Amino acid sequence: MTRLIPLLVFIALVGLLAFGIEWNKHHEMFEVPSPLIAKPAPQFTLPLLYEPDKKLGRNDLLGEPYILNVFGSWCPTCQDEHPILTRAVKPLGIKLIGLDWRDAPADGKRWLAQFGNPYDAVLTDPDGHAGIDFGVYMAPESFLIDAQGVVRYKRIGMFTPELIQSELMPQLKTLGQPVTAK
Amino acid sequence: MKRFVFLIALIFAASFAHAIDPLPFKDRAEEVRFQNLTRVLRCLVCQNQNLADSEAELAVELRRQVFTMMQSGKSDAEIKQYLVARYNDFVLYDPPVKAGTLLLWFLPGVLVLIGAGVVFNILRKKSRQPVTAADPEEDW
Amino acid sequence: MSPELGQFSLILALLLAFVQFTLPIYGAWRGNATLIGLARPVVAGQAVFVVLAFALLTYAFVTQDFSVAYVAQNSNLSLPWYYRFPAVWGAHEGSLLLWILILNVWTVAVATFSRRLPDALMARVLGVLGFISFGFLLFTIATSNPFLRHLPALADGNDLNPILQDPGLIMHPPMLYTGYVGFSVAFAFAIAALLGGELDIAWVRWARPWTNVAWAFLTLGISLGSWWAYYVLGWGGWWFWDPVENASFMPWLVGTALIHSQAVTEKRGSFRAWTLLLSIFAFSLSLLGTFLVRSGVLTSVHAFASDPKRGTFILIFLGVVVGGSLVIYALRAPKVAGGKAFKFLSRETLLLINNLLFACAAAMVLLGTLYPLIGDALGVGRISVGPPYFGFMFVLLMLPVVCLIPLGPFFRWAMADWRSTLRALRPAFVVAVIAAIAAKLMTHDLPLRGVVGVAASLWVGIGILLYASNRVRTAPRGRRFTPEMLGMILAHFGVAVFLAGVLLVEATSIERDLRAAPKEVVEIGGLGFRFEGVQRTQGPNYIADEGTIDVLQGDSVLTTMHPQKRAYSSGSAPQTIAAIKPGLFSDLYVALGEPLDNGAWSVRIYVKPFVRWIWMGGLFMMFGGFIAATDRRFRTLPARADEKTAAPASNVAQAAT
Repeated sequence: MTRLIPLLVFIALVGLLAFGIEWNKHHEMFEVPSPLIAKPAPQFTLPLLYEPDKKLGRNDLLGEPYILNVFGSWCPTCQDEHPILTRAVKPLGIKLIGLDWRDAPADGKRWLAQFGNPYDAVLTDPDGHAGIDFGVYMAPESFLIDAQGVVRYKRIGMFTPELIQSELMPQLKTLGQPVTAK
Repeated sequence: MKRFVFLIALIFAASFAHAIDPLPFKDRAEEVRFQNLTRVLRCLVCQNQNLADSEAELAVELRRQVFTMMQSGKSDAEIKQYLVARYNDFVLYDPPVKAGTLLLWFLPGVLVLIGAGVVFNILRKKSRQPVTAADPEEDW
Repeated sequence: MSPELGQFSLILALLLAFVQFTLPIYGAWRGNATLIGLARPVVAGQAVFVVLAFALLTYAFVTQDFSVAYVAQNSNLSLPWYYRFPAVWGAHEGSLLLWILILNVWTVAVATFSRRLPDALMARVLGVLGFISFGFLLFTIATSNPFLRHLPALADGNDLNPILQDPGLIMHPPMLYTGYVGFSVAFAFAIAALLGGELDIAWVRWARPWTNVAWAFLTLGISLGSWWAYYVLGWGGWWFWDPVENASFMPWLVGTALIHSQAVTEKRGSFRAWTLLLSIFAFSLSLLGTFLVRSGVLTSVHAFASDPKRGTFILIFLGVVVGGSLVIYALRAPKVAGGKAFKFLSRETLLLINNLLFACAAAMVLLGTLYPLIGDALGVGRISVGPPYFGFMFVLLMLPVVCLIPLGPFFRWAMADWRSTLRALRPAFVVAVIAAIAAKLMTHDLPLRGVVGVAASLWVGIGILLYASNRVRTAPRGRRFTPEMLGMILAHFGVAVFLAGVLLVEATSIERDLRAAPKEVVEIGGLGFRFEGVQRTQGPNYIADEGTIDVLQGDSVLTTMHPQKRAYSSGSAPQTIAAIKPGLFSDLYVALGEPLDNGAWSVRIYVKPFVRWIWMGGLFMMFGGFIAATDRRFRTLPARADEKTAAPASNVAQAAT
């Protein structure tokens, strides 16, 4: 009987590795689950890109859900995501706030002038501290924040039409329900 | 594929940033503490490198942040907690001991204990049999 | 023309591999001498076509044939000619072909140097090796064909990854693979023994030299990899517990247990199950390593391009080879533990503990390497496992081993005289303790690792030297040192050197990031470092910023160091090339950072005492392995009368007790 143990352990190992291959097909290795899900969004107060004297903070945005999309003029994938934001995310009717991350305001304005501005408001975070508070480590990243200011969903990397269907839409549907942190 | 391209581009961009970043340490002990701390933290941009060696711009920024926190008197645990609260346990190379990692930390020990038990059993059985001293010629 | 010829060669090799694993094994089962006799010629045939394929791929690289997609991806018109050869194995498809080539070299070697083996055993061994070759050839042809064309041909290729444009690429993969793949021979012997129902242990005697040589190559390959990472990556590290490094370390750990277990089985008849299982596990871990590197399942800096299709194929192959061998083991392994009895205090016991701890160490490394995957599977979130885990656990598991190593040679088989052993080793113990205390007193801030390093390395090193001198004194002239014993002495001495290197460098290395202004002298580790400025220089396919740093001892210049930052003409990412001044007792290591204001640059300076001892220890271990393998006694027929040629399978059941 003990002679079967190595075989059984090996079968378990193969199972694990097969799982790994499957998992790999649907997940990017660099995606790290955010610890902010189901927790209140971090506090922030940032100047608007087009009106630097005015500031917008987390508390100002309470009362209505919104998507915070982190981008930068230095980020090539953000260019790829841009048309998808305009065509597929904006029409969903949810407020879209842009966060120009680690970017000089002039560069951010230039980029938006070149590609168009799909955002309801654009915040600027040149030194990147607000992004760090959100746990941003690459761009583009997007956060879905509900009316109570709780982070519901984080997308690391660009939105694609498939991901909007499979991940964003279900999240939007449950916006009305409260959620507890794990 | 596009994500892959982005990562490559980021690596290009990152190469022009620098991991070699002289910081104004108070003394040697503080420098050593900084080095040890940044070595056990993972860079999330270049996920195969630790925070000490990574050249990514975010890594430079986070190292500065760690330095600032050290200067303001925060302990190692508090600094780690700051990063974990934002970036997930994944940022630590030293997996914390919690429910999800019990298997990781204790299975090797359990295996050794089971193995030791098996070894004892074998030794008991072998000792009971008559033992003839080995011929010195057979030593090698 | 020639790439298609290469593809054709691979297909022919595949067909011959198929013949190699089916007919001889069937022939051995049925006692058909003709089929058995096919084995060697078919081995030769397959080898011819594999060598041809590899030569054709090399030819494509050397002639810069960019119509071959693999060549275009991994080389470039500006690539220096001497890097075109190792570029062949610079990426996935070519490195697989190297794997297959090396497997064929081993197979031909086994076929050639085994005239005295019973024919049926030989047929089975070559058959198993043929099955492995078949699987890899199929994988290559089906998913990783290096001869695919890219038409129309590109004018210029991408480039070989600049990190790989280094002499290390020439040595590290071939040596590493020779070791990895070499464990397939021990594996083949074990399976052949199980298939043939060999209940005696003659096969272990035949397998030992092959296993020792494979282990020695693997030790060399891993040491080369560590040394290469140290001088190429620019961060002074020599081991990162990266998944791919672990993938080579696990077979090494099991291989170490295996070579010791084989000694016990061969001489005393004990540990047969251990030896069989370790033989299977060592090669299984080699295959697993191949899987981990190429399937994209784990994040790793070394990983080749990932592809679920390739991952699935290797996993199936892994399942068949390892699963199949474990099924054969379950069905055919000896039912009764054999071998001569031994007392609680004996060499056998020490080696049993050795087996256990090395096997657990390998299991621990496997657990930690795969744990991110387990975490995903259990849904507990992304777990990250790194050096703090591996280093800690490994030291814990190896501590008993280090304490017991010196006892091994002194303890006799069956019954050890522990009193005389401890008496003989007392000088080693005393010197180790005194030296450790002295070290701590002389360098006040020496961390515990350093103290332990001094004590452990002296305990092991002096311990083995005491045994050698004891042997000179007590053994009759001309019978003092067999090659096997000499190998053991060298390898254990290598362990002592390695221990000193690892623990002392971790305890005493100094790292400083500095703003280096021209003509300023910074003092580190008792030496002065004077920055002299940075200039532009040109290499064959790059432009570099080269810094000049004088190292001063007192007022005299000890040496001048030239770290570089290179930008390659092919547009690949810039490379930091550290300047290293190697030394027997200490390395100096300088890396150039970024230009700051006023002609100053940021630099990183390391002083690394004893770091070379790490690889020197590895080299001693390697030499030990090679020398042990030369022992002529392994190649002669055993003197005992109980050696039988393999009986047909139907008689095995009767002989089961």
